[in-house]
Amino acid sequence: MTAEAIMAVEHVEARQGAYADSVTLMQVSRRVAAADGVSAALVAMGTPLNLDLLDGMGFATPAGAGPNDLVIALRAEDAAAIAGALTEVADALAARPGGGDGPVAALPPRTVGMAAREAGAALALISVPGQHAFTEAMDALDAGCNVMIFSDNVPVEQEIRLKDVASDRGLLVLGPDCGTAVVGGIGLGFAHTVAPGPVGIVAASGTGAQQVLCLLDAAGVGVTAALGVGGRDLSAAVGGRSTLAALDVLDRDPATEQILVISKPPADEVAATVRAHADRLGTPVQFALLGPGQPDLTAATEELLRALKVDVPQWPHWPGREVAPRRGALVGLFAGGTLCDEAMLIAGERFGPIASNIPLQPQWRVDPRAEWDGRHVLLDFGDDELTAGRPHPMIDPSLRLERLAAYGTDPRTAVLLLDVVLGHGAHPDPAAELAPVIAELGGPAVVVSLIGAKADPQDLSAQAAALRGAGAHVYVSNAAAARFACDLIGSTS
Amino acid sequence: MKTLDGEPTLITAGADLFADAAQAQAARVVRVDWAPPMPGTEADLAAVMGDPRRAGANAEALRRVASARALLVDVVPAREALGLADRQLLHAGPPIEWARTSGPMQGALLGAAAFEGLVADPADAAAYYERGEFTLEPCHHHSAVGPMAGVLSASMWVWVLEDPQTGRRAYCSLNEGLGKVLRYGAYSPEVLDRLRWMATVLGPALQLAVRGHGPVDITAILAQMVQMGDEAHNRNRAGTLMLLRELGPDLVEAGLPSADVAAVLRFVGGNDHFFLNLAMPACKLALDGARGIAGSTMVVAMARNGTDFGIQVAGTGDDWFTGPAQVPDGLYLGDYGPEDANPDIGDSAITETIGLGGFAMAAAPAIVRFVGGTVSDALANTRRMYEITLGEHPAFAVPVLDFRGTPLGIDVTKVVRTAILPQINTGMAGKIAGTGQVGAGLVTPPAEAFGTALRALAARVPR
Repeated sequence: MTAEAIMAVEHVEARQGAYADSVTLMQVSRRVAAADGVSAALVAMGTPLNLDLLDGMGFATPAGAGPNDLVIALRAEDAAAIAGALTEVADALAARPGGGDGPVAALPPRTVGMAAREAGAALALISVPGQHAFTEAMDALDAGCNVMIFSDNVPVEQEIRLKDVASDRGLLVLGPDCGTAVVGGIGLGFAHTVAPGPVGIVAASGTGAQQVLCLLDAAGVGVTAALGVGGRDLSAAVGGRSTLAALDVLDRDPATEQILVISKPPADEVAATVRAHADRLGTPVQFALLGPGQPDLTAATEELLRALKVDVPQWPHWPGREVAPRRGALVGLFAGGTLCDEAMLIAGERFGPIASNIPLQPQWRVDPRAEWDGRHVLLDFGDDELTAGRPHPMIDPSLRLERLAAYGTDPRTAVLLLDVVLGHGAHPDPAAELAPVIAELGGPAVVVSLIGAKADPQDLSAQAAALRGAGAHVYVSNAAAARFACDLIGSTS
Repeated sequence: MKTLDGEPTLITAGADLFADAAQAQAARVVRVDWAPPMPGTEADLAAVMGDPRRAGANAEALRRVASARALLVDVVPAREALGLADRQLLHAGPPIEWARTSGPMQGALLGAAAFEGLVADPADAAAYYERGEFTLEPCHHHSAVGPMAGVLSASMWVWVLEDPQTGRRAYCSLNEGLGKVLRYGAYSPEVLDRLRWMATVLGPALQLAVRGHGPVDITAILAQMVQMGDEAHNRNRAGTLMLLRELGPDLVEAGLPSADVAAVLRFVGGNDHFFLNLAMPACKLALDGARGIAGSTMVVAMARNGTDFGIQVAGTGDDWFTGPAQVPDGLYLGDYGPEDANPDIGDSAITETIGLGGFAMAAAPAIVRFVGGTVSDALANTRRMYEITLGEHPAFAVPVLDFRGTPLGIDVTKVVRTAILPQINTGMAGKIAGTGQVGAGLVTPPAEAFGTALRALAARVPR
């Protein structure tokens, strides 16, 4: 290696009156220092600080350089590298950042609170995983929003806290585990396209509300609002907090002529509190609180229609393949918990105890994953236990289809009872998934309660036709479907 | 319920399916770009979000910070203002013992000991610090803030700022300029000479000017400078000039030798960062008003000592929540590079804590290239900071955002929920004691500081 090869070449100059700001010059320095063959570079205004730095880098200070002069100091392996670096300096100083076409538009909000800050208080619909729902819901209440919590698996203490905070602030919490609401004419969650009308619904049951909405639709009657309050609202722990608040909201609404309260079997003392509260309101309140001796959803809807002086129609029904009653078990595979409850109440009157993963009596409980013992069994695939980590069966029918095939080919099965729920949020064409499986079964009769409104995106009558074509008996009334299914089971005694 | 009638607006967080369905029914839908919070924080978040005191406490914290006024009322030695003893030294950031201090912090502490005449040669001071003969405490524990190393000793002169409504005061040293300066850890003879000049000429001259002028409204200057392209952390050019405009005539009339007046004017006018040391205590003064509000999740201080990054929260008293300080990402002076830079240091992040500095990047287009390029990035940066703040400052308006107030009141819960960390504009000190400044850039706090702060807030929620 010759001495010449390791000799560095230096270039130092001061350009008078060539100003650039310090950030630009630091960027230029960085770019030039990275150029081929350059070992050190400083491009900076000749301030005392920078002249100091120049000295520290081992460069001679150019004579007379002052704060208004641009100092360029380069050290490189040869003259060609210096020339290249000077070109680089010129280019870098000439360059202007492209700018202006970047993300100037507002960024999407990251929290409900931020969204409300920008859009104003609104209704917040929260469907994040259950362990995060409380945080977003509380944020929404803080922002003055009413909240609908679709999420399930929310701890009951959190539900109570949210409802108490909402009550203090004059807001409403719908849910958690609120699958359905109609607010301001918009169907939320799993919802149907229904007309405005005189009925206000308070529902501690998503599919219960859907059944009533669809029956009213079949009768040509619309709603002011359907407020889902969450499946636990009428439990002893939650004590009807949102039901009472929702009743007050509807009572204040002049367009609401009749109110219907819908629930799965409630805690007795809570039901009594709600009934007492309803008695004090100006608007008449009907109840469909499922339980022994209580009206089913269809009967309650009929009562409501009579109160409105509307004729009760013949509920639509599409008869399926003719079958003779057959001995064996009733097997119900439901996506809607309330529809399952209603069917269990109806079947229980005929057959006694019905096994279920959501049993009417605790001792009738079965593990939905365990081997079937041949008893009458009605399962709810929408229960938390079966939806944790997977979509709701109204969206993803795969688990239910699997069970349908298994029970449907088991000789112990006399009748299969299914619900099929249409509307916004539900599967776009459930009949296309179900009909081929039903058509293959052969043995047991299949009875379907088809919960849908005329204007639903899936086309109610086309869905009915497809299911019927596969051999199923189709009813828009879940109670009627359950009664028919029971009728098809021959006496086992 | 408002939404029962009229056109409903829906805010959705979670499954897009429901947003799509509502939109298909002609509802106005605002979709939240939701993501899970920092891992392992769910239970603490739920506890804190459920704290019945939180909303009221945060509203009160915001009110106090937003309504605070900072008046410059005096300039005096730290001995007088803070009651500092000879062997008592203050530093930036959370508490730290000598053994863990970084190079620039050590350099500044050595220089300050020599400046105070405690040792003849700065190098001799190390042994005293090791033996604990000089006491070390954070500036923040004395209502003060210090940029970079933030070292304050008894003979240094400090700005005295006061909130006329509460009588509360905050303090900060006088800015030394750039380059080889004590706050960046340099302690050569020229550094000490400058400090002596500041204590004998600059401080007394400014005292006469301030006393002659009467209180100077620093909050008002901050509000104006934000509209003039300063974000009050890395850029204080307009603020410095406005201060000169205020104090210049009184300085001239103070009866000092004209050479001293000229030297002071030259020194102040030649240092674009001079006003930083007034911006910082003004922010400190306002934020201190929110200290100790039980249940509040608002951050009241972010500070670094060159080793640890610490935050303090309104609802957790004077506790510090720390994590390792990061090396800023930025541009370097001369041929310095990332290997020369010390981890983040200084109390100057108090400006970000109140929503200036990195939070107000949109107001300071002249320095946005520190963010990595464009004005658009700066706008996005400021907008992103609204996600983690409780409100907007009523006085600090950003013209390019249609005079929207700067993001105010960092909320621990929002940082944890969004994993968006506060953006801080900062200078960089050389990691070897005595080096001085090596660059400037951007840095964020360590995320764990917010996780531990949240845990402490959760532990204080009444059962």
